[in-house]
Amino acid sequence: MIPRFFRGGKNCRQIVANSKVDETGRRTRGRKSHVRAQDAGAGSADHARRASIAAALRRILPGEGVLDGDIALRPYESDGLTAYRQPPLLVVLPETTAEVAAILKYCHGEGIKVVPRGAGTSLSGGALPLADGVLMSMMKFNRILDVDFPNRCAVVQPGVTNLGITRAVEHAGFYYAPDPSSQIACSIGGNVAENSGGVHCLKYGLTTNNVLGLEMVLMTGEVIRLGGRHLDAEGYDLLGLVVGSEGLLGVVTEVTVRLLRSPETARALLVGFASSEEAGQTVADVVAAGIIPGGMEMMDRPAIAAAEDFVHVGYPRDAEALLIVELDGPPVEVDHLIGEVEAIALRNGATSLKISGSDAERMAFWAGRKAAFPAVGRISPDYYCMDGTIPRKALPQVLAGMRELSVKYGLSCANVFHAGDGNLHPLILYDANKPGELQAAEDFGSDILRLCVKVGGVLTGEHGVGVEKRDLMHEMFDDVDLAHQMRVKCAFDDGHLLNPGKVFPQLRRCAELGRMHIHRGNLPFPELPRF
Amino acid sequence: MTALRPTDEAGVLAAVADAVATGTSLEILGAGSKRGLGRPVAAGRTLDLTGLSGVTFYEPEELVIAVRPGTPLAEVGHLLASRGQALAFEPPDLGPLYGAPADVGTIGGMIAANLSGPRRIKAGAARDHMLGIRAVSGRGEIFKSGGRVVKNVTGYDMSKGLTGSFGTLAVFTELTLKVLPAPQTATTLMWTGLADDAAVAVLSRALGSPADVSGAAHLPASVAADFGFSGPATLLRLEGIAPSVADRAARLAALLADAGPAEAMGGEPGLDLWRAIRDVAPFAATPGTVVWKISVAPTAGPKVVARLPAALPSTAGSRHFYDWGGGLVWLALDPTSADDAGAAAIRAAIAAEGGGHATLVRAPAELRARIPVFEPQPGPLAALTARLRAQFDPLGILNPGRMVAKD
Ligand SMILES: Cc1cc2nc3c(=O)[nH]c(=O)nc-3n(C[C@H](O)[C@H](O)[C@H](O)COP(=O)(O)OP(=O)(O)OC[C@H]3O[C@@H](n4cnc5c(N)ncnc54)[C@H](O)[C@@H]3O)c2cc1C
Repeated sequence: MIPRFFRGGKNCRQIVANSKVDETGRRTRGRKSHVRAQDAGAGSADHARRASIAAALRRILPGEGVLDGDIALRPYESDGLTAYRQPPLLVVLPETTAEVAAILKYCHGEGIKVVPRGAGTSLSGGALPLADGVLMSMMKFNRILDVDFPNRCAVVQPGVTNLGITRAVEHAGFYYAPDPSSQIACSIGGNVAENSGGVHCLKYGLTTNNVLGLEMVLMTGEVIRLGGRHLDAEGYDLLGLVVGSEGLLGVVTEVTVRLLRSPETARALLVGFASSEEAGQTVADVVAAGIIPGGMEMMDRPAIAAAEDFVHVGYPRDAEALLIVELDGPPVEVDHLIGEVEAIALRNGATSLKISGSDAERMAFWAGRKAAFPAVGRISPDYYCMDGTIPRKALPQVLAGMRELSVKYGLSCANVFHAGDGNLHPLILYDANKPGELQAAEDFGSDILRLCVKVGGVLTGEHGVGVEKRDLMHEMFDDVDLAHQMRVKCAFDDGHLLNPGKVFPQLRRCAELGRMHIHRGNLPFPELPRF
Repeated sequence: MTALRPTDEAGVLAAVADAVATGTSLEILGAGSKRGLGRPVAAGRTLDLTGLSGVTFYEPEELVIAVRPGTPLAEVGHLLASRGQALAFEPPDLGPLYGAPADVGTIGGMIAANLSGPRRIKAGAARDHMLGIRAVSGRGEIFKSGGRVVKNVTGYDMSKGLTGSFGTLAVFTELTLKVLPAPQTATTLMWTGLADDAAVAVLSRALGSPADVSGAAHLPASVAADFGFSGPATLLRLEGIAPSVADRAARLAALLADAGPAEAMGGEPGLDLWRAIRDVAPFAATPGTVVWKISVAPTAGPKVVARLPAALPSTAGSRHFYDWGGGLVWLALDPTSADDAGAAAIRAAIAAEGGGHATLVRAPAELRARIPVFEPQPGPLAALTARLRAQFDPLGILNPGRMVAKD
């Protein structure tokens, strides 16, 4: 289960997400209707259908593997995006690839939708259940199958937690690099689906750069293997398409990850600035000096205050912006680079600067940043975490824009920022018990993301589109772009049975997407220039 | 054959749309330097992309560059070098392997083939540096994917999906890539006299150490001789700031002292050596041989090679060397050593040693038409591949047959 502090909101609204594809192909959304989920469509016909599906699935998964009681289903009704809730039709908990294959094959035959779920920490509603769909929890796939130090990789089941991998290999001096803040809870299968990042992405990459191979089951029940302990694909880079596909292409049943040697040392600088411009310039100058730090994080004044109140580690309360820069590697290199970064920060007008002298002190520098979400959770009844990425140079413009939006919506906002790679996490503070505030928070968030796209950035850096941002996809992509993305989906799951309603603003039938519009004599360029 | 040479995206769209309307297939070409990589394509027209050349934008402080596909790779390299940056995956120049001059290949061709050099073990492959694309699919439609920032999970990562697709899904019209600071200094440590398996064990230990190795290769005696070495050469490259490189080199030499004394090599000789490994230069010098690129788990490399003498009718005149810590085996065979260029024996050896893939990188067209150039895929995976191809290029007009027969 997700530790309590991982939950963004203490209040939430019930929604209906029955994901029926209507005539126009548009998924009906109940969000605005405030209909309680249980009241919607729970007629006796549905109960009978649930019972017959449960009986069929119990033949595949004998014992405790199928949950269908209302109380048993409740823990699964939402993920980390707690403003959205929907109990599933029923839950299955398979333990083997063969079971996953048999369940998917059955559901494919019956036209039943399936939503895969890992630890349920998604912040975009990626694992939000469907009222008429089976929720497939992968958390019984919790074994580390092989650790191969000579080839620097590990083969694990998808329900193993992100941190669990590092725990299994650290005795030999290795680790798994991507480190989402949720790493004690989130599963590697969820990381693969979301292409999760962490604070060390700039230097070590996201999940996609650290996964070597997968075993997965297609919606038809067919099992395929992509990659392995070797490098590069033998054909199309399907691994590259599957990582980050948000559970829409297949159910991952095994993951081969790259292991890295743990850095010998790491030291950090904690630097305060009187303006975000100066902090931003410091980041730009560090990169321009050819330095790629292990981590480079920024926090704004409200985030600094919330974190310091919570963990008391000596963050400079008077600073407008705080930078944490971590250098890792051999001691000689780290000591040298610390000096260079210090000089750059001072040149840019740092108002306070500390360099960690011990690992304990370095961890203390990080403590506030790592606890930023729960720290903000203490000062506000609810908060809403956004995840846009921008070109770094646009930071002052985006921060100014957010201040204006904050006034417009009457809500405050604290910012934590993966400064090295331009990934912003604005935390919008609101109180869901005050009428209209949840809506205002959501609108505020959407405006922030629009602003990110406007300055050359993107809607989501690491949390995924899910249900949360799918209606904003048109801010970045036109119909033709989205149709090409959906065609990838069609190659994997042409019936739209796996996790439908996520990522794409509109579900379009694969047959329709496949149609070619060839008009002889009516080409965009009828006179083909013969160059 | 009609050759189309558009100079902008609209021209590419017009060319593909016309091909769709008239049912004419297209061979997609950059400079054509790697035309011999993949199965031979029989197409009605060629679509030459060298007219789409130039850098769209380059922002060094944002670590990003966007280029048109026909831009020569060498030109991109020079521009980045002028700002102390580079494409970290060390793209090879394979043109000379196919008899083309050096430095003519385009960036589009390199990305379409997903080619990466020795630093791939540390920095990732070409695909890991792709941030965004614009392209025209085989449906005759312009689409884009990704963006210009490093951290982006908005929608499917089609920049990766198209990298390495050899122009069979879409024609690139713009590529946006992540760039990184170029290493300031490099040192190569060399051990001599090691047999393949002992050498790969040394490479594995080095790669598992904190030395942060950025190149790990082994040249058996017959290949090492090309470089003037008197026996097998085991090579480890360290890059970074000078004090760090010196410190790591000293400690790595000490760690691996039981493999014998290490000789250090810096400066131009070191750069030339890694460039030659990157470009498979030893086999460019023997144009009569067929060349295989084998990718396996690093420790399986020497084991796969060891199986071949017994599995092939003859290995006379064959040579091989290892990159990527042993996981990349470049193998040159005499074409007469087996009538399938060794495909069955090589692929069986790979399967027996834990899996991976073999690509027939260079061979006469007749062989490449007859033998699967790329590793054949099991049924469900092959079917999925075909479905993806059909989604993007329903009529099969883009580079038909380049990756698999009858597509
Ligand atoms: C406090 C907090 C901090 C966070 N910090 C970060 C951060 O720093 N960086 C970051 O990137 N994310 C972060 N996240 C988001 C979240 O933890 C990640 O997205 C994580 O990868 C989700 O993993 P999960 O196991 O919880 O997956 P779930 O939430 O259960 O599912 C996520 C998606 O994965 C799919 N899925 C899960 N398992 C499988 C499988 N085996 N096969 C196919 N599809 C599957 C689901 O269908 C869903 O679409 C944070 C979340 C919280 C609550």
